[in-house]
Amino acid sequence: MKTLYDKLWEEHHVTQLDSGESLLYIDRHYLHEVTSPQAFEGLIKKNLKPWRLNANIATPDHNVPTTRGNNFNSESITDEISKIQVVELDKNCNKFGIKQFDIESNKQGIVHVIGPELGFTIPGMTIVCGDSHTSTHGALGCLAMGIGTSEVEHVLATQCLKVSKLKNMNVRFEGEPDEHVSSKDIVLYLIGQIGTAGGTGYAIEFSGSYISSISVEGRMTICNMAIEAGAKVGLIAPDNKTIEYVKTKSFLDDDTFNQAKEYWKTLKSDDDAKFDKEIIIDVSKIKPQVTWGTSPEMVLNYDESIPTVFDTKDENKKNVELARDYMGIENETKLSDLTFDKVFIGSCTNSRIEDLRQAAEIVKGKTIASNISEAIVVPGSGLVKEQAENEGLDKVFTDAGFIWRDPGCSMCLGMNPDQLKPYERCASTSNRNFEGRQGYLGRTHLMSPIMAAYTAINGTIGDPYEI
Amino acid sequence: MKSNSEGLIIDGVVAHIDRDNIDTDQIIPTEYLKSIKKFGFEDYLFDGWRYKDDGKLGVTKDERVIDENFILNKNPFNESKILLTRDNFGCGSSREHAVWALRDFGIKAVIASSFGDIFYNNSFKNGVLPIILEKKEIDFLFDQTQQKVLELSINLQKKEINYGEKSISFHVEKHLIDRIIYGLDDVDITLKEKDKIFDFEKTRIKERPWIFK
Repeated sequence: MKTLYDKLWEEHHVTQLDSGESLLYIDRHYLHEVTSPQAFEGLIKKNLKPWRLNANIATPDHNVPTTRGNNFNSESITDEISKIQVVELDKNCNKFGIKQFDIESNKQGIVHVIGPELGFTIPGMTIVCGDSHTSTHGALGCLAMGIGTSEVEHVLATQCLKVSKLKNMNVRFEGEPDEHVSSKDIVLYLIGQIGTAGGTGYAIEFSGSYISSISVEGRMTICNMAIEAGAKVGLIAPDNKTIEYVKTKSFLDDDTFNQAKEYWKTLKSDDDAKFDKEIIIDVSKIKPQVTWGTSPEMVLNYDESIPTVFDTKDENKKNVELARDYMGIENETKLSDLTFDKVFIGSCTNSRIEDLRQAAEIVKGKTIASNISEAIVVPGSGLVKEQAENEGLDKVFTDAGFIWRDPGCSMCLGMNPDQLKPYERCASTSNRNFEGRQGYLGRTHLMSPIMAAYTAINGTIGDPYEI
Repeated sequence: MKSNSEGLIIDGVVAHIDRDNIDTDQIIPTEYLKSIKKFGFEDYLFDGWRYKDDGKLGVTKDERVIDENFILNKNPFNESKILLTRDNFGCGSSREHAVWALRDFGIKAVIASSFGDIFYNNSFKNGVLPIILEKKEIDFLFDQTQQKVLELSINLQKKEINYGEKSISFHVEKHLIDRIIYGLDDVDITLKEKDKIFDFEKTRIKERPWIFK
């Protein structure tokens, strides 16, 4: 009768308050430099300490330059304002004794990449972080969600989150996709179907034969972008693949791991669980997806024409007009007509080893197009970078003309120097094509690592079926 | 518990932005998230639309190229306490800075047909009231803005918007609006349940030891 979300909710339910809200116990709290300073300040003002120190794991990721090289520390950051924020995280972690993978650590990286990779995200946990892409961790069967800074302070102070229960949605992906289609295409397609508010108020469970068939990393890409469908929680029931994945990352001793494993196997929706909404999608019909506008729901098959105001429903006309204008799209244009300036492979959506392998496979032995002024690959973490280098992927990329960088959020949001210049058009494996997201007046087209790699080589959106 | 009587009525000129899916990157771009402070974001609200140049944290409004056509730059909307917009306002990033920027500018209520979940939650913690209305009511209000400078009065306790003779009621959970009316602090409220949290934790350590390693 219960969904996975219901079970995780009940498992962590401390008490119901007079207000009707619930206190949920939080197992893991990730912190980064951008949304934590004001929370620590609040904690200090109230003369409080973190409730349970070892629940907290911190790393700087948003502001960090990706051209660090060796002997780089927080003080080496040249942007004075970014430096203050990274140094502030160092200070707060030192003051309270919070474990941090700091800028000098070989394990530093994007918080949503390092959590699972270092074994800090394990099935059945409640996980929060002052970052909306915390939904990523739902891929391992966690109840994970992004929170605001006031809530970061609240979780530090009380180990609880004060929340009301979400509704349940089940999105079933069935069938086998085409070889050029990856989990990024699947989730972009879903967002195109239900819209960026389609999941608002819901926890989305992703299920179906497609989900069972893909890797844990592929599942993370899908849960990562649940928030782009409006759902702050995306989750997937753990299976043998999840347990194998966790086993390779885990720091738990064998006895504890085996004990946990038995519990993890129970973490799934009951056969007769009631969902408030169910969507079934046949993935065999999905083509590679590329966004054309300024919202992730403005997404098309890679070979389609960009909508004009004439072929748009009345209520959407204004949105289409504004987006076309911002994106510099004139007349009747196909996605494949657009010429690109930059390529970004990275972000918490697509910077894991499998993403890099997929892109490297395509660029191997080729050279980026002459109109691409810069193509960068930013591994999600120090460990991803090391693994990729061990496999020679860095060489594959640099031989093709890509720049190989140090880990961080980088050009997903351009808080560090990795930004688009005004009007530059970028093929990006990140998650948001909002106005100015990658740099002032920059133009972002979201796509998979496979399609970004093709675009780098082609200069325009290539047809993977022809190349 | 202090009662904030000034907070019971929000009234005045309504600024309106006629678009869906205004994400928190539009409300405040990433550049300004480099601040480690909780206040001082008023000059950066809707930065990409309010100015014709690229801004930097610390650069004030007076040093920027103003886009005179943007509503918040026009008199009397530059003094608005109420913002009217459409679907899915505040979607995207969890940055509470988006609410801080609205608050610091002086916006006390945002009226939309829906909100991003995280933004909605963040608002109540900072004295900004998000009001959800039916699409047809939003259409009606937008129609009014085309005819004149729309002025509304929002009564927080009655949960209604008054416009001339007309009144539109809205739903908001009592515990949420109480945070605005009484300026409640969540940490203080939760810490009253300290013993329950300790007990819960003690049991959990026994039953799910792997979480605490």
